[in-house]
Amino acid sequence: MGYDPKDPLKDRITDIGPRNYEEFLPPVIKENYGKWLYHDILEPGVLMHVSETGAKVYTVRVGGCRLMSVTHIREICEIADKHCGGYLRFTTRNNIEFMVDDESKLKPLMEDLEKREFAGGSKKFPRGGTGAGLTNVVHTQGWIHCHTPAIDASGVVKCVMDELYDDFQNMRFPAQVRISLACCLNMCGAVHCSDIAILGIHRKPPMLDHEHLDNMCEIPLAIAACPTGAIKPATVDGKKTVAVKNERCMFCGNCYTMCPSMPLADEEGSGVALLVGGKISNRISEPKFSKVVVPFLPNEPPRWDSTVEAIKKILYAYVEDANKYERLGDWAERIGWERFFEKTGLPFTEHLIDDYRFAYTTWRQSTQFKF
Amino acid sequence: MAKHKTPMLDELEKGRWPSFVSDIKQEAENRGKTSVELHAPKEACDDLLGLLELTYKDKVVHWKHGGIVGVFGYGGGVIGRYCDQPDQFPGVRDFHTMRVNQPSSKFYSTEFLRQLCDLWERRGSGLTNMHGSTGDIILLGTTTPQLEEIFWELTHDLNQDLGGSGSNLRTPSDCIGMARCEYACYDTMALCYDLTMEYQDELHRPAFPYKFKFKFDGCPNGCVASIARADMSVIGTWRDDIRIDQGAVREYVGGEFKPNAGAHSGRDWGTFDIQKEVIGLCPTQCMEWDGKKLKIDNKECTRCMHCINVMPRALRIGQDTGASILFGAKAPILEGAQMSTLTVPFMKIEEPYDELKDLIEKVWDFWSEEGKNRERLGEMIQRVGFQKFLEVLEIEPDPRMIQEPRSNPYIFWKEEDVPGGWDRDIKEFRKKHQR
Ligand code: SF4
Ligand code: SF4
Ligand code: SF4
Ligand code: SF4
Repeated sequence: MGYDPKDPLKDRITDIGPRNYEEFLPPVIKENYGKWLYHDILEPGVLMHVSETGAKVYTVRVGGCRLMSVTHIREICEIADKHCGGYLRFTTRNNIEFMVDDESKLKPLMEDLEKREFAGGSKKFPRGGTGAGLTNVVHTQGWIHCHTPAIDASGVVKCVMDELYDDFQNMRFPAQVRISLACCLNMCGAVHCSDIAILGIHRKPPMLDHEHLDNMCEIPLAIAACPTGAIKPATVDGKKTVAVKNERCMFCGNCYTMCPSMPLADEEGSGVALLVGGKISNRISEPKFSKVVVPFLPNEPPRWDSTVEAIKKILYAYVEDANKYERLGDWAERIGWERFFEKTGLPFTEHLIDDYRFAYTTWRQSTQFKF
Repeated sequence: MAKHKTPMLDELEKGRWPSFVSDIKQEAENRGKTSVELHAPKEACDDLLGLLELTYKDKVVHWKHGGIVGVFGYGGGVIGRYCDQPDQFPGVRDFHTMRVNQPSSKFYSTEFLRQLCDLWERRGSGLTNMHGSTGDIILLGTTTPQLEEIFWELTHDLNQDLGGSGSNLRTPSDCIGMARCEYACYDTMALCYDLTMEYQDELHRPAFPYKFKFKFDGCPNGCVASIARADMSVIGTWRDDIRIDQGAVREYVGGEFKPNAGAHSGRDWGTFDIQKEVIGLCPTQCMEWDGKKLKIDNKECTRCMHCINVMPRALRIGQDTGASILFGAKAPILEGAQMSTLTVPFMKIEEPYDELKDLIEKVWDFWSEEGKNRERLGEMIQRVGFQKFLEVLEIEPDPRMIQEPRSNPYIFWKEEDVPGGWDRDIKEFRKKHQR
């Protein structure tokens, strides 16, 4: 039995889809499905949902690393078996949620989670991520697994969350703050609508491996991939290859995606950009994109000090100044971007003025500014 | 003893936030001493740490570009990955990822997770992402010969399929919805599961111009961010009135209930002021509070959720629920970031979802026909025009679809729009107008 390489199609099963979610719902969830009346955040990381049947479910939310080992998952299972009847869930933002159906089960669960630490000393299951505070940072693969990253992901997130740990466990912000990270402009993590986005960018045009380019790549595909039309066919030493008009390159890496002979990552060239003020929800104001406020910071492994510092500046200027319920982007718009740069202390440079398509819609076309 | 020295990564073991480095180290150690027969390199975790340490030094990634691997008959679900220092780090010479389709809303039984762990310990690196950005369970790092074995075990023993990658339908994902949220306007989990099952072929066999993502939010709060990251965003909403429990409103005002479900309790914001915090912040100014009774002019409400979020015990979504359907969101590559555009203001979302499926298939037919290679739906809509998109979907234009009417009068009138058509006789014209 099992897979037979000599007869690979024997007894093959395909297209069965994921397991049905109904198999995985804790009984209290199943019984009260669609009947929830309201919820309360009892303390940071602890939610209570009340059903019209009178049933309650208590949820303990803890931060998790997106990258986790099977040993760690087994430990999560052990906790869920011990306290939660063998069920648990993950949130969109890489938190883990343990649910119990009775208040008396809450304390033992919380105490159990609290005391678990990794050998290096960090917490395994920090409780928090609810309400007007900071929740977990969603992020992409970074140097762990992708081929186009300009920055690492897990490492940067670790450093940012170490510094902002107390705010993961607290709810003292004017509104929730969502920090996200994508390690290149592809943005697998769609960070472009986050309160604070950490984005990996390249600043050097692709290098051209003329020797191998024609063998490795479909030249027309590489040419077509460039959104700015910077690539054209060329012949070097009698070999068919491409040439890049460097001043037209905006370092998106599309060409590299199509053609491995055009790498652009670089020790000095690649690094971090910070964007702020995006949001997804329709609450009060409409969803909006994040805006670039720090055009470049260098890659600084292992602790990424400048990135962490800049994020703290932005975040705490907002926390001090904004009104209750006001998201970071709404605050920036209310006080005006000239005040934003004043209050955060971030330098404003020419790189923050848009020069891509439709750029003029972001220039000021009025005399309504602040001195 | 660790196989490689990792002084920089060791710095990432410090601090309170969970350390992925400590976790990989513990996995490396367990792999070293396990009695389980491992089919992927025993030193995979050790060598991954070594490779990452080298990357921290060089500041340029050490994974090679791409690598075409997969399981037979599927065009997606496996991402090939090879390291560019195979001699130094043989344990991650090839380190492919498998995307496993997560269950709706990411609820799990420990029994299933353990089965998955056992499989991945034996046949992979023992490292995962819980979860990837699109929603899948990511099994991180295995070798080419293991791919079919894993697929076999997944399907035969775990009754579980791979997710999507490549130019196809990506693994759909949804918010927690009715499982534990009082705001859910339709059953996001059921819809996500149903459409995932219905479109298995599109999920596994790339036939589209580029990727296509569905995401399902139960209400305008948008917890899975569908408006920003789905080619088709289904966002729950309602058409009738917000339900009000006037007694509970007074209890919020009286301070018995904490506003916003206690979300602001980490700081002293003063006593709750319904005038300032709810009435005054309502974006449409459609609410009134006379000290006893809360009135909402529901016809003017845009269902932004603010008042409901502030007073979840007093205000509830309406009962005539369904969803708004929007198309075309994407991250910046290639043409710049786009959010989804409201296309169907309201649709009932009920099994068997025929109306929605009909819409989806019309969109796919059009995009498959008209879309260029690697052109996302949102980019194509920009290129051909939103009018054309509506025409194909047979949807009447509606002011709900726009932020404001056009300010340029460069209207592309069609010939049939103009009485008498475009063909005219210059000789007739000259009879009245001299040259
Ligand atoms: S954001 Fe870019 S570098 Fe990061 S995982 Fe996605 S494609 Fe790879
Ligand atoms: S990085 Fe982008 S802009 Fe630059 S050459 Fe490549 S495809 Fe063109
Ligand atoms: S999107 Fe709405 S329904 Fe879904 S979990 Fe978020 S608040 Fe609840
Ligand atoms: S949902 Fe928003 S728009 Fe509607 S009444 Fe409440 S605050 Fe006003």
